[in-house]
This record gives sequence, structure tokens and C-alpha cells, in this order.
Amino acid sequence: MGRIELKQVKKSFGDVTVIPPLDLEIEDGEFVVFVGPSGCGKSTLLRLIAGLEDTTDGNIEIDGSDATGLPPAKRGLAMVFQSYALYPHMSVRKNIAFPMRMAKLPKEEQDRRIESAAKALNLTDYLDRRPGQLSGGQRQRVAIGRAIVREPAAFLFDEPLSNLDAALRVGMRLEISELHKRLDTTMVYVTHDQVEAMTMADKIVVLQAGVIEQVGSPLDLYRTPRNKFVAGFIGSPKMNLIEGPEAARHNAHTMGIRPEHITVSSESGDWTGTVGVSEHLGSDTFFHVNVEGFGEPITVRAGGDVDLHYGDTIYLTPDPALIHRFDDKGLRIA
Amino acid sequence: MARAVTTNRKILNTAIAWGIGLLIFFPILWTILTSFKTEAQAIADPPVFLFFDWTLENYAVVQERSNYMRFLMNSIIIAGGSTLLGLLIAVPAAWSMAFVPSRRTKDILLWMLSTKMLPAVGVLYPIYLIFIQLGILDTRVGLTVVLMLINLPIMVWMLYTYFKEIPGEILEAARMDGASLREEILYVLTPMAVPGIASTLLLNFILAWNEAFWTLNLTAAKAAPLTAFIASYSSPEGLFYAKLSAASTMAIAPILILGWFSQKQLVRGLTFGAVK
Repeated sequence: MGRIELKQVKKSFGDVTVIPPLDLEIEDGEFVVFVGPSGCGKSTLLRLIAGLEDTTDGNIEIDGSDATGLPPAKRGLAMVFQSYALYPHMSVRKNIAFPMRMAKLPKEEQDRRIESAAKALNLTDYLDRRPGQLSGGQRQRVAIGRAIVREPAAFLFDEPLSNLDAALRVGMRLEISELHKRLDTTMVYVTHDQVEAMTMADKIVVLQAGVIEQVGSPLDLYRTPRNKFVAGFIGSPKMNLIEGPEAARHNAHTMGIRPEHITVSSESGDWTGTVGVSEHLGSDTFFHVNVEGFGEPITVRAGGDVDLHYGDTIYLTPDPALIHRFDDKGLRIA
Repeated sequence: MARAVTTNRKILNTAIAWGIGLLIFFPILWTILTSFKTEAQAIADPPVFLFFDWTLENYAVVQERSNYMRFLMNSIIIAGGSTLLGLLIAVPAAWSMAFVPSRRTKDILLWMLSTKMLPAVGVLYPIYLIFIQLGILDTRVGLTVVLMLINLPIMVWMLYTYFKEIPGEILEAARMDGASLREEILYVLTPMAVPGIASTLLLNFILAWNEAFWTLNLTAAKAAPLTAFIASYSSPEGLFYAKLSAASTMAIAPILILGWFSQKQLVRGLTFGAVK
């Protein structure tokens, strides 16, 4: 079991409130991702759940019982840190065994769990090495192994992939998702990378300045962002946000259209612009287009074979059904 | 990035470095050489450098006149005792300052260090009187405590710099893994800080060994360490340079040898945290 509930949880450091009172429910077995720009309080929120920070106010319940005052070890949660936080003076085997040694588990049980974790994480050949002799990805797997053997109610991940290179990151992303499917245990995952959030989460919590901007499934957030912030944060490349007369024409203060929801033509369209920088990804091409009357350049996605160059005239047509409208406070207009 | 240095420049730099090194080492070298001369050669003018009649007579006289071993034992007990006692206090103190700092931690550290700037003689009287009251004048226990207190700021400061380098996340991981505070310090922090603790230990042992002000003022016969042994060869009996040199050589030899073999540790300890 691993149901976590935050009730009016607040955190201040001195006079500075980093997290104003917030409520959040994390269901058993769910993969929840906290996402937001740096400094939005997502890591602090995770550390509050872990018990590494004390709450200033409010309650944290784990599986229905109040855990607010409990020390980290008593909460039945396991954490994987950004820096892996392995014990450098211990072998991989001893690192993984450490939580079980602290819990005074029988030696045979410890060995059994180490063997099975090592097998699942491809670490069997490295059990007698020190963390310093491992690659980044292997270290990350040791950290996960150390978390698994505790058989926790929930796993907490604090930006676990941000120290890995891009290729490894994609691989580990899949491994963690796979692990979640196999263990069926609650996972709370913090990242600033919205691609990680979109690909892994059952539920995304978007945070800004300690405030929850929106909670929902990845597609919910993509399709119906509640405000301009979520609209701009979720999706890659970012949604185009246009103000001024064009937005007014759609009865909005700001209109939003995603790059993939604009049709590109070299002959005719609603908007006329000139091609600026283009990014060729092979399968797709992203054009940054300067349209007269729009402050910022518009990003549009086209097929990989569209032959347009810097300075060419381009015609754009947004899909009317997929235009997002926001009022002057930045909130979505239904 | 390393700067390109020409060969000539390298030779010049090496020569200058050796020159400065020899200049600093020269008084010690001279003391050692003098200890093998006769009293007449020791004060000869012009001074003789290497070509004199080497003799061990001074060492024999010094050994005969005073019990070197007793002074040596006192030095070992006082320096070792004060270092170990200091470590017991400094490790938890440095832990709390490094990992659970308060808003005043920096101030406390600075204040502690500032006590090192107080002229020792300023508190000689009160401490002397306290020692008389407690009946610990001229005892190893009394000196051990005083030397521990004197070096404690440096120990705390050194260990603090070491502990600061240990990522807090590792200790948090230990906490998540169910380690109690005692287990966290014992199984995670201490093994990781062994090099730091070792160099702190060494440096403080050397400082305590060399400490002369308190050891001379608070001892008479029973607890006197090697510093008192040297001092006893100085003034009143006239200028016995050769014997004074022999006594000095005997007193500094143990610590010089210790320092020589542990210089790697010491340099690392003293420069730790200076560069990343």
C-alpha cells in the first residue's frame, strides 16, 4: 500500500514561505510527477513527504495514518537522489544491503533480496565494486536497488536522471517506467523536464512558486491546460502564445496554438510570415516564423521534407478546433 | 589550464624553491650539526660547518644529566591524550555545525577561532590559580586538558571544513535507509571522513607536542614534557650551545620523523577545501 495525502501542508524557511498551504492526493500504485521550473518548490515538496524537511503547518498522511512528525526511516518510503548519494566507502553489495542492515533483517533474507535486485537491475557482475568504479547509469541503478530492497510503500525520486547524458536518460526513463509496471508501487518523481513528466506519469502535478497550477493526466494537461503557465510549460516545443488584435479576434486576451496544430503552406493561409531559423530533426522540421503584428516569432511543425528556407514567405493556418483561449488573468476561457 | 613554462624558467623556479627551503631548514640543520660539536667548536669564530671532530659526547652528557625517557613519555601522553580527548568533542561539534547549521554557526566558528588570537599570557594567572585550586598543577591530566582546550578551535575548524565537503545527500540517504544519528555518524560519516580525521589528529599532535608556553608554566618536575627538557638546558648554567643543541635534537627528532612520514596527509589536511 502506498497512498499519500497532503492536507494543507505548508513550508516556510524563516519569513519566506516556499509552499503556501496545499492539498494533494496520491493514490496507491500511481506514478505521480511533480514538474515545474527550478525553484518552484517541487523538491521541497518531495522532501516534506520524505520527512527530510519538517512541515511548518498541515498534515501528511501515509496509508491513512498521520506521518507528519515521523522521522524519514519510519515512513516506509525509499528515496533516490539526484546525486545518487551512494556510500562511496562501501561495495555495491553493502550499499544495497545498508537499509536492511539498519532494519536488522536476517542475513539470508538480505542476500536473497540483494540477489534478486541485482538480477533485475543488471548489477550482478558489479556487486563487489565500489561506486567510484561504476558509470553514471550503473550508479543510478545501485541507488534504485538500494531503494527496492526496502520494499517501501512508495518510491520518491528527486530528479534522478538529470546527471545522465541524453541517451542514457532515455534508457533509464524506460527502465523506471518498467519498474513501476512490475512492482506496481506508488512512485513520486520530481523533474524539471516536461518530456520526462509526459512520458512517465499517470498524473502530473505542475508547480509554480510553491503553488499547484494544475493536476491531471499528461493528455489532460496537454489538451486543456488550465492557464497560460501550464499551456506554455507542457508540450515541446512550447505552445505559441499570441496577444493583441489576433487574440481579440478570437475573443481572448491571449490565444494559444501548439506548433503541431498549425498547417504550413507556401501558397495560402490565414497568416503570412517569413521563415526565420529552422530546426531539421529529419522526421520533422520546426520553423520559427516572423508574422507581421505578432510580437514573438511563431514556432510551427512541418514534415521533414518541406523545402522552405531562411527569408522565404510562408503561410500558416491554425486548426480552429485546437486554439486555446486565455483571459487577461491568464486563465483558460471555456 | 596549465601555463606553458620554459625550461630555463623551470630551473630558476626550482633553484629559488630549494633556496627558500634551505633557508627555512637551516636553523634546524645548524642545531643538529652543533649537537655533534664540542662546546669550543660550537662557539668558534668563524663558525665551522662540516669539518670538525664529530662527537656524541653531548648526547651522553644530556642523557646522564636528565632522564630523557621520562620527558618523552610525558610528551607522548600529553600530546596524545589532548588530541584524542579533543577529537571526542570536536567530531560531534563539527558534525552539528556542518550538517545542522543555525543562523549563528558562522559567528560561533569565528568566535572560536578568535580565542586563538588571545595572548595566552593574558589568562595565565587565572588558569594558574584554578590549577592550584584543583590541585592539578604539574600533572599530566591538567596539561592534557589545557592543551586540548587550546587546540580545540583548530580541530573543530579543520573537521568542519572536511565535513562540509561530504555531500549532505549521502547522510540524508542514510537517514532514509533507517540509520539512527549514532549509526549515521559511525557507519557513514566517519569512514568517509577518515583522511580528514587523520590529518586533524596529526596536526594537533604536532601542535600539542611543540606547545611551550603552557607546558613550561604549568609544570615543574613530574609532568614536564620535552619542551621543559630543552628549556632546562638554556640560561642559568651559561652558554652550553652544544648540549642545548643535543637536547633540542633529541626533543624534536620524534616529531620531525612523524611529520616527515605523514607530510602527504598533513598537506592534504591543511589545503583541503581550498581547491575543488
